[in-house]
Amino acid sequence: MTASCQGEAKGEESVSIIIDHVNYIFGKGTEMEHKALRDICLSIPDGQFIGIIGHTGSGKSTLMQHLNGLLKASEGTIYYNGEDIYEKGYDLKKLRSKVGLVFQYPEHQLFAETVLADVCYGPRNQGLDKKECELRAYDALKKVGFPEDYIYSSPFDLSGGQKRRVAIAGVLAMKPEVLILDEPTAGLDPKGRDEILGLIKELQKKENITILLVSHSMEDVAEYVDRIVVMNKGEILLDNTPKKVFSHYKELEAIGLSAPQVTYIMHALRENGMNVSEDATTISEAAEEILRALGRTGS
Amino acid sequence: MLRDITLGQYYQTESVIHRLDPRVKLLGTILFFVSLFLFNNPVGYVIAIVFLAAVIIMSKVPFSFMVKGMRTIVVLMLITVLINLFVTQGDVVVSFWKLRITKQGIILAAQLALRISLLIIGSSIMTLTTTPNHLTDGLEKGLRFLKVIKVPVHEIAMMMSIALRFIPILLEETDRIMKAQLARGADLESGNVFKRIKAMVPILVPLFISAFRRAGDLANAMEARCYHGGDGRTKMKPLKYKSGDAIAYLILAAYMVLSIYLGRLSLFKIM
Repeated sequence: MTASCQGEAKGEESVSIIIDHVNYIFGKGTEMEHKALRDICLSIPDGQFIGIIGHTGSGKSTLMQHLNGLLKASEGTIYYNGEDIYEKGYDLKKLRSKVGLVFQYPEHQLFAETVLADVCYGPRNQGLDKKECELRAYDALKKVGFPEDYIYSSPFDLSGGQKRRVAIAGVLAMKPEVLILDEPTAGLDPKGRDEILGLIKELQKKENITILLVSHSMEDVAEYVDRIVVMNKGEILLDNTPKKVFSHYKELEAIGLSAPQVTYIMHALRENGMNVSEDATTISEAAEEILRALGRTGS
Repeated sequence: MLRDITLGQYYQTESVIHRLDPRVKLLGTILFFVSLFLFNNPVGYVIAIVFLAAVIIMSKVPFSFMVKGMRTIVVLMLITVLINLFVTQGDVVVSFWKLRITKQGIILAAQLALRISLLIIGSSIMTLTTTPNHLTDGLEKGLRFLKVIKVPVHEIAMMMSIALRFIPILLEETDRIMKAQLARGADLESGNVFKRIKAMVPILVPLFISAFRRAGDLANAMEARCYHGGDGRTKMKPLKYKSGDAIAYLILAAYMVLSIYLGRLSLFKIM
């Protein structure tokens, strides 16, 4: 590893994943050759909730598929718990049960006759016996708030939101240490979105799972994550706490993203002479800040 | 994972061959195939190779791109060549153990290998230089005379263009589903045949479901735009022959006459 890797200085916490100067090139040697990732350096400590934000085609999904070895970096390497995952003889199947990846529209991967059987698929591939599989599946379905009455019905008869819960449970049942979710709220209504995101936050808190949430919506992640990584054209543009990242809102706009609406309101209030700090990122924080500025205290 | 298939792929560039009317290319490909099976002396093959090389150069498609498409049929070609090499009766050249290689066998095997390669490259030129839409347009217009005997030419052409359009989409979908199941610890590579077939179920079921879903969506989208089959339907860009196409037909005719005349001349015959 070279010293230029960002985040390495944070040393103290135990680091589960280190991405070391990773490059990835699509269709090498053809007309369509395209550098999807350029010199990515990232270290992901245990138990952190990270939001990966970027425009469509910024390389965020590609990067996520590297973390469990589905794609192999053209250059550079990835360490998981101190081991090089590209080393000869490294057990990728084991890695995949430690680093769970929930794809975009995960409900499209459902296949079994019953919900329970589908969720059992992951644990069964881990070589667990039937009873243990079912216990885990049952547990995972409970965690995602899936109604118990339906665990023997066909996954194809469920609503979109419920299907997605089943698909997420399918990965959770493998008991991953790191959970990657690629746009888990795409195509859901606001209620479904809030429920899924709340559930993920709870998982991180209760089970101390490291979570990487891929999204293109700042509003989605602002409320939940500890750290935001902004990607643009295969490079990491910003990597910091939400408040610090949103203070670069002009740069975010330049690459087609935006800060949460609250950020804009706070900036506008300040420009017009109200004494508020701009770094409120959620609605409740903003409300409190405005009340404070008006000389009243929030409830 | 599945992106290496070049057979039936379009190569985007600007060339004389790309601009030709698809009907010319279709007929040209068929005639080229026919000519390959009429030769019985080496001169014919020389003419075919020169003709094909000229077309390749004019098409501006890199030769390496065509060879890539051939990799898929290497096994088939090897089997054909080996069988012909060892089974053909005639004057023995080499013999070891129970196997005999004859002079006739060598000639036949070489001829077959050459024929298959020319066939594959010849057909790949058509698909590499013609967009699938253009190709089906050409088929539809070129086969219109079949309508007289109640063949639903337009419907067949429409089905073909939809099928072709969906190949890359379904490939991508397969790739995605495969990755999703691999992420859930699927093991697709180890075990015996039955185990491997069973391991394909979690990939095939979602794939079929998505294919049906897409087909339903497409049918709805077509109906919403009042699609009702070929009757009275006009085209935005109707196919029209240009002067270049006439020249191409002339060259094609010249090639056929020359190759058949010289290719079948007993003067050059070797067997």
